Amino acid sequence: MKRRDFVKILGLASGGLLFGCNVSADKVVVNTLENGISFVPNLFIQLQKDGKLTIVVARSEMGQGIRTSMASAIAEDLEADWKYVTVQQATGDSKFGNQNTDGSRSIRTLLKPMRKMGAMARTILEQAAAKKWNIPVSNCKAENHFVKNSTTGEEIFFGDLVEEAKTIAIPSDENIILKDKKEFKYIGKKVIRGIDMEDFLHGKANYGLDARLPNMKFASIARSPVTFGSVKSYDTSDTNEIEGVEQVVQLDRLIPPAGQFFGMLGGVAVIANNTWSAFQGKNNLNIEWESGLNETYNSEKFKEKLIGRIQNKAKVVPPFKGNVDKAFDNADKVIEATYTMPHLVHAPMEVPNALAWVRDGKCDVWAPVQDPQTVRAEIAHFFGFAIEDITINVMMLGGAFGRKSKSDFVVEAVALSQKIKAPVQVVWTREDDIQHSFYHAQNAQYLKGSLDKKGKVTGWLHRVAFPQLLLALSLCQIILLVLS
Amino acid sequence: MQTLTINGQDYQVDAPESMPLLWAIRDLIGLTGTKFGCGVAQCGACSIMIDGTVVRSCSTMVSQAIGKNITTIEGTSASLEALRQAWRNNSVPQCGYCQSGQLISAAELLDTNNNPTDEDIDNAMSGNICRCGTYVRIKKAIKEAVELKKQV
Repeated sequence: MKRRDFVKILGLASGGLLFGCNVSADKVVVNTLENGISFVPNLFIQLQKDGKLTIVVARSEMGQGIRTSMASAIAEDLEADWKYVTVQQATGDSKFGNQNTDGSRSIRTLLKPMRKMGAMARTILEQAAAKKWNIPVSNCKAENHFVKNSTTGEEIFFGDLVEEAKTIAIPSDENIILKDKKEFKYIGKKVIRGIDMEDFLHGKANYGLDARLPNMKFASIARSPVTFGSVKSYDTSDTNEIEGVEQVVQLDRLIPPAGQFFGMLGGVAVIANNTWSAFQGKNNLNIEWESGLNETYNSEKFKEKLIGRIQNKAKVVPPFKGNVDKAFDNADKVIEATYTMPHLVHAPMEVPNALAWVRDGKCDVWAPVQDPQTVRAEIAHFFGFAIEDITINVMMLGGAFGRKSKSDFVVEAVALSQKIKAPVQVVWTREDDIQHSFYHAQNAQYLKGSLDKKGKVTGWLHRVAFPQLLLALSLCQIILLVLS
Repeated sequence: MQTLTINGQDYQVDAPESMPLLWAIRDLIGLTGTKFGCGVAQCGACSIMIDGTVVRSCSTMVSQAIGKNITTIEGTSASLEALRQAWRNNSVPQCGYCQSGQLISAAELLDTNNNPTDEDIDNAMSGNICRCGTYVRIKKAIKEAVELKKQV
C-alpha cells in the first residue's frame, strides 16, 4: 500500500473526518493502482468530534468475529480507546473491494492494510497535535484516544483534533509506522469484548430473519421434492382455509448461466401476514410435481459407483514423488481403508431467508449473505435492475458455512416482491434447508499407507472420487486423483 | 384478542388458534430476540420461560401462556444478569444465534439449583444446540455465573 492508496475525505455533514484507503488484495486492482489509474478507497473509518470512531466493515459476520477483529486491528495502530469504537456494516458494493466472506481469508488479506490504515490516521492526529501546539511531531504521541505532549504531559482528545487534522496532508509512506507487536493492546489480547456482545446477550443482534418493514409479508415456498423438478398442477383450497394466508404465487425455476450465479429452484409460494401461517399454508398445498431428469437418482447407488471408481488406478495429479508400489512391497506394515461421505447440508442455525422490497424501479434487500456483491449482480442479471438501484443490506448471519454464499433464497424474495408488489420475507423451514440446499458432494476416498519397522510412513496412496459442485447430479463427472 | 405478559409488560395479540408462541412473539409482537431454529423443539433456539419453566416456544401454543409470566432474552433476572456477566468474561458467543436460548436454559438452571454439578449442567443444557460449538465456554461460564450470583 502506497501513499496514494490513502485518501482523506473532508467536509462531512457531521463535521467529522473520514479516512479511506484501498486494501484490495485483488491483483488486478493492485496493478491498476501501480499503473496510476484512478484510486478508489474501499476501507473507511470516520472520526467525529465527540471522539466516536466508526469503522465500516465490509465483510459478513457469521460467528468468526470479523466485525470485532477488523475494528480492533484498526483501533490498535490508531491508538483508539475501544469504548469509542463502533462498526457500521457495509452494503454490497464494489467500492468496498472484495467482500466475499468465504474461504477464511479476511484476516490473512486484510490484517496488515487495516493496521496501516489505523497507523495512517494516528500519524495525522499526531501531526495535527504538533501543529496545534507548535512543537515537533516527535514530541507528540497518541495513546488511548489522546495525543500526549511528551515534554509537558499535556493531552488533547482525538475528537478535538478533527478540525486541525483536516489541514494535514496524507503522511508519506516512510512516516506511517506500525506498532511493535510487543506494544499490542488489542490484537491477540483478551481485554476487549466482541463488538456485538451486548446485542447477543440481550437478543438485539439483527440477523436476516429479524429484518422488519411496515406491512411486510412472509412467504414459505414449496419446492420440488426431486431436485430441478417442476410444478405440474396445484390446488390451493386447503391453503386458503389458513388464517393469515393472503395469496399463493407460482415461481418458475431460474436457471443461472453456466459457471455463474445460482438461480432459484422455483415452486409454489404461500404469502401470509406472519411466518407461521405461511408455513401452514405451504403444508396444506396439494401439488402434483413433474420430477424431471433426477427422478431416478439414487444416492446409495451413486455411492457404490463412486466406491467402484476408487478401486482402479486413475490419473495421477501432482505432487507425485517416488514409487508407491515399491514402497508397499518393501513395507513392514500396510494399512488401507475406504471412506465415504454422504450428501451433507451446511445446516446453519439460522435458516436461509431474505427480505426484499421491489418498488419504483428499485430493489432493496435485507439478508444474511456471505457474498453481497454476487447477490447484487445476480439480481441485476435476472430482474434487469441497474446495479446502482439494488441495495443489499447485509444482516448478521446466524451461521453460514458457505450456504449463505449462494444467492438462491434472495432471488426468491426478489421474484416474489416483484410479483406481489410488497415487501416480503422468504423464510425457509428447517426441512426446506435439509432438502433443498447446496449439498457438499457425496464422495468416496481410498487410502493406503505403508510403514517401516520404526513406524515411519514410507508410502501414501490417496484416491478421491467426487462430482463437481455446481453440476446437476444427472451430469456428474467423476474426478479421479491419485497422489503417491 | 389475547393478552400475553412478556418480561412484565402486557401485549395484546390476535393470534390464529394454532399459532405457537414463537411466532406471536416474533411476528405479531415484534420481539425478535427469540429465535427460530427448527420448529420442532429439537434445537432450543426458541427457548423462553413460562412462570419460570423453560419451554420451546416453537411448539407451545399461545393459549398455554395466557395469564402467565413469559420471560424472553429481552428480559432480566438475577440469574440472567449473572450469566450475562459470565458470558462477557468468557466471550461465549460466536455467531450468537443460539445464545438467547442458551441463556434462558441456563437461567432456569441457576434459578433452581444453587450448586449445579457438571451432570446438572449437561442435563439442563442438552436441549440447546450450538452449531459454532461454544459448548465448552458455555459450561465454563455457567460455573462462573453460579459463583457471581452468590456474590450479589
